[in-house]
Amino acid sequence: MSLEALQTDAEGYLANRDDWSEELAQELASQMGIQLGDEHWKVLKTARTIEGESGSSPGLRKISKRSETPIKSIYKLFPDGPAKLIAKIAGIPKPKSCL
Amino acid sequence: MKTIVILGAGTAGTAIANKLRRRLPKDWDVAIVDPSGTHLYQPGLLFLPFGNETEERILRERGSTLGKGITWHQKTVKAIDTNRRLVELEKGDELSYDFLIIASGTEVRPEMIDGMLGEGWRKNVFDFYTLDGAKALREGLANFEGGRLVINIVEMPIKCPVAPLEFAFLTDDYLTKRGIRDKTELVYATPLDGAFTKPLASKTLGYLLEDKGIQVETEFMTGEVDSEKNVIRSYDEREVPYDLLVTIPPHMGAGFLEDSDLGDELAFVPTDPHTLAAKNVERVFCIGDATDLPSSKAGSVAHFQADLMAENILGAIDGKELEPSFDGHSNCFVETGHGKAMLIDFNYETEPLPGQFPIPGIGPLPLLKECRRNHWAKLMFRHVYWHALLPARPIPISPTMSLAGKQLSAAAELGGA
Ligand SMILES: Cc1cc2nc3c(=O)[nH]c(=O)nc-3n(C[C@H](O)[C@H](O)[C@H](O)COP(=O)(O)OP(=O)(O)OC[C@H]3O[C@@H](n4cnc5c(N)ncnc54)[C@H](O)[C@@H]3O)c2cc1C
Repeated sequence: MSLEALQTDAEGYLANRDDWSEELAQELASQMGIQLGDEHWKVLKTARTIEGESGSSPGLRKISKRSETPIKSIYKLFPDGPAKLIAKIAGIPKPKSCL
Repeated sequence: MKTIVILGAGTAGTAIANKLRRRLPKDWDVAIVDPSGTHLYQPGLLFLPFGNETEERILRERGSTLGKGITWHQKTVKAIDTNRRLVELEKGDELSYDFLIIASGTEVRPEMIDGMLGEGWRKNVFDFYTLDGAKALREGLANFEGGRLVINIVEMPIKCPVAPLEFAFLTDDYLTKRGIRDKTELVYATPLDGAFTKPLASKTLGYLLEDKGIQVETEFMTGEVDSEKNVIRSYDEREVPYDLLVTIPPHMGAGFLEDSDLGDELAFVPTDPHTLAAKNVERVFCIGDATDLPSSKAGSVAHFQADLMAENILGAIDGKELEPSFDGHSNCFVETGHGKAMLIDFNYETEPLPGQFPIPGIGPLPLLKECRRNHWAKLMFRHVYWHALLPARPIPISPTMSLAGKQLSAAAELGGA
């Protein structure tokens, strides 16, 4: 699916989880100035897996523990707000509270 | 004799124990394990630091909350052996089960953050999610004469996710009454992208922060509390200075779930969102704050889950399939200060909507809107807690969410759901 045809919510998060693909992630990341390497993929796939299991986008500590990537390193991989960037690129909703 | 073992006698464990005891025949033993001799009404911790709640009113002897015929083991759970269907307690005691319910809640873990337990702990760094913390903060606030007061959620998930925001509103009220509001900068630092994260709430409630002059520091993930400089420092090296810090430390599930097959990385139990059965194991259920579910970690949720879980367990005993009945329903009063509160009612699918919430016998209460009646209802909740929630007596709110009175069009206008 091309970037233009994608359905997103008002804040630019993917509306349908199933529209996601690795190619799309590459494209979204490069738009944000991030070149995805193995370390990025480990973090992104972990976030996506946890969201699939538990129905909510995980916080950084859970992603960090599961992917064995220190939180500090996650900030280096996804500068400028890793929690939001990871959710956007991994095609999952933004981390939210109940209000 | 057959046995249901419940781990933890907090809000959820006590409610489901009382409910099952009444419904199960005599040849079933209902056993509950909890080392602590008192039951704490945690919502009271929000008011205690401001001197608006007393210890006596929010503590009860645990024995008095557990109905007749329930066996209480006043011990700590050490491990679960799901193959042998055994729970290991301290001092080598064991309990065997036919069904197991994990209800061990969540606890704050300040030691997980560098420096949080340093020099300033309980001097100018406080939490209010524990009784000792809330009591120390009462002193801390009484001695506060102005400066920067910072409220910081370190990370999600936390229990009662609106409590820190309520704390900010009540602090504004408290400082105003003491005449030092204009000498105080009130800051709310959150790891999320706003104090309100849902489109409808940010649109309709953003005014609360503006009117009350509360500054919001967003996407701030605290890596360190520096008690020498009195700053919290985020992983991306931003610093927020404080004179008084109110922190909501990281939350984890119970110790016996850490590094066990049953707990995830934060020691929460992977749980089926609708049947509340623990995933990948037989005869084990999970309820309340201990689950990994996206529903709120709140007492009202524990109550709704207890209603539905009891039916499912009774069914399972008769060999029936589990019903996917839980919809993530949550119902919370949100204090906004100056004698007002809001009511929010939502589930997995439906975000908090405006409208009216009908409660038989009490009348409709406005949703997502401040008013005095909601504040009185919040104060009444303590009474409801001791006399209806814990004994698992019926309350006039359905365990699954109803759309009655809700303005669905409000969400549609924003393109959300
Ligand atoms: C400040 C604050 C304000 C709140 N306000 C509200 C509100 O307004 N409305 C609302 O609905 N909810 C509110 N809540 C949330 C509510 O209190 C919790 O969601 C609720 O108590 C969860 O119930 P639970 O049984 O899952 O956990 P808990 O009630 O915390 O009980 C867990 C129990 O497990 C026991 N336990 C732990 N480890 C072990 C072990 N190893 N062995 C044996 N036992 C163990 C503990 O001793 C404890 O008794 C608030 C919470 C706080 C902190």
